[in-house]
Amino acid sequence: MSHTEIKKIKAIDIVRLARHTKRPTTLDYIGFIIKDFIELHGDRRFSDDKAIVGGIGFLENIAVTVIGHQKGRNVKENIRRNFGMANPEGYRKALRLMEEAERFSRPIINFIDTPGAYPGIGAEERGQAEAIAYNLYKMSTLRTPIISIVTGEGGSGGALAISIADRIYMLSNTIYSVISPEGCASILWKDAGKADAAAESLKLTAKDLFYFKIIDGIIEEPGNGAHEDHESTAKQIKSTLISTLNELLLIEPSTLIDQRYQKYRGMGIFSE
Amino acid sequence: MSKLFPKCPKCNTSHFISFLKHAHYVCSKCGYLLRLDAAIRVKMICDKRSFTQFDENIRSLDPLEFPKYRDKLDKSIKETKLNEAVLTGTCRIKGFPSTIGVMDPRFIMGSMGSVVGEKITRLLEYSLGNFLPSVIIILSGGARMQEGILSLMQMAKTSAAVKRLNDNHLPLFTVLTDPTTGGVTASYAMLGNVIIAEPNALIGFAGPRVIEQTIGQRLPQGFQRAEFLLEHGMLDMVVQRKQLRSVLGTLLKIHSQRPYSYH
Repeated sequence: MSHTEIKKIKAIDIVRLARHTKRPTTLDYIGFIIKDFIELHGDRRFSDDKAIVGGIGFLENIAVTVIGHQKGRNVKENIRRNFGMANPEGYRKALRLMEEAERFSRPIINFIDTPGAYPGIGAEERGQAEAIAYNLYKMSTLRTPIISIVTGEGGSGGALAISIADRIYMLSNTIYSVISPEGCASILWKDAGKADAAAESLKLTAKDLFYFKIIDGIIEEPGNGAHEDHESTAKQIKSTLISTLNELLLIEPSTLIDQRYQKYRGMGIFSE
Repeated sequence: MSKLFPKCPKCNTSHFISFLKHAHYVCSKCGYLLRLDAAIRVKMICDKRSFTQFDENIRSLDPLEFPKYRDKLDKSIKETKLNEAVLTGTCRIKGFPSTIGVMDPRFIMGSMGSVVGEKITRLLEYSLGNFLPSVIIILSGGARMQEGILSLMQMAKTSAAVKRLNDNHLPLFTVLTDPTTGGVTASYAMLGNVIIAEPNALIGFAGPRVIEQTIGQRLPQGFQRAEFLLEHGMLDMVVQRKQLRSVLGTLLKIHSQRPYSYH
């Protein structure tokens, strides 16, 4: 056995891969997977948040609604996309599109990749907490199948707000956490530099989440990670989506939302 | 802190405990609202001897084996004589039956891990099963970091439970006290059918320090305070502590009637 095989992969290395600037973004995946895609815009209340994209199209021959956080690949794009950190109107746009999906009996696919909800003055003024809470509330009973895939960073409430689903998957080099390793380290040790130790403690990798029964499966990335081969990563995702959808489409809506309730109801570890 | 003459944490004035109690733990000198232990809050709001606690023996484990979490839990249990950061049960307020949840500041700043999420969900499910309205007095720093992703998922769990309640025409009333931030604000706190806040309570999603660091500028005066949220349409009302019991009683009374009952 070689040394590299024995060496345990550190959580912080997965954090770095999850944030890799060359990873495919939501619009990249849509380009590979969705036919006849039409992007839809705006929350009909305030603005069009560019940190979340969404629209409609076909997955093979199934009409679907697709929503996801959108990061940029360079500084200019990232400023336009606010680094994938949504304001309340981003979550409200997502919910509007999901309600349309329910209305027209389309399954929903969500791509999760955000450092978190944007912490800003305007975000607080326009009800960041309410926007997130209301999505959690409404998504719990949407009468159409929902599949969420963490494709990069699952950053706290900002990730959760569009990730409530019947099935949740993570790519193998992604994270999903209540707080960023840097944020955790600065609270715990008053030192954001200790992010590697915090990343380890937070148990935020796909394997950890599978162990805690939060996610339903892990989609393996090719080679050294998704950034090396966008197309084959997209192919993997597509085949997972199709097989999962074929299963979910057979479940009638009241059973579907009952099972969704039970799925989240069972999360938590305690004694009594 | 002297038990007989506790000090106001803001202006440092000592108050004789009986006077302070009589003033609903509001400092007569500077108007600061002292943070209340859950048991004191229950006494202040519920009718005499009407509170029956449930699920008092659920305890947190340390599923992540997170550094120093076990010690923190043990210390909190010893200091507060509570098993977790929220007290839940049934009660009457001005004669009207309700379930009630009260969060305690001394227990890891009312943060929500698996147990808080579970107890709140059970409270809401009990309300559903028994056709009762629910009242939750909130005080929380947010999701509990030491339980990682399990804490985050409590936001989804509790929000889904509120949805079930509302779908069955049962109300939730939330009272946001200082501080109400993070994952608790972004779940059941902001899902109240009527949302009340105490004067000057800090209420928000992101903490003020995080926002300051992100945007690199000072925050405006009164930002994220109860009155600011009221002005921005995020709350129904800001209520003085001495009026809280009577306002809750009236809300329960109005919601106990269904004049057009075709549901």
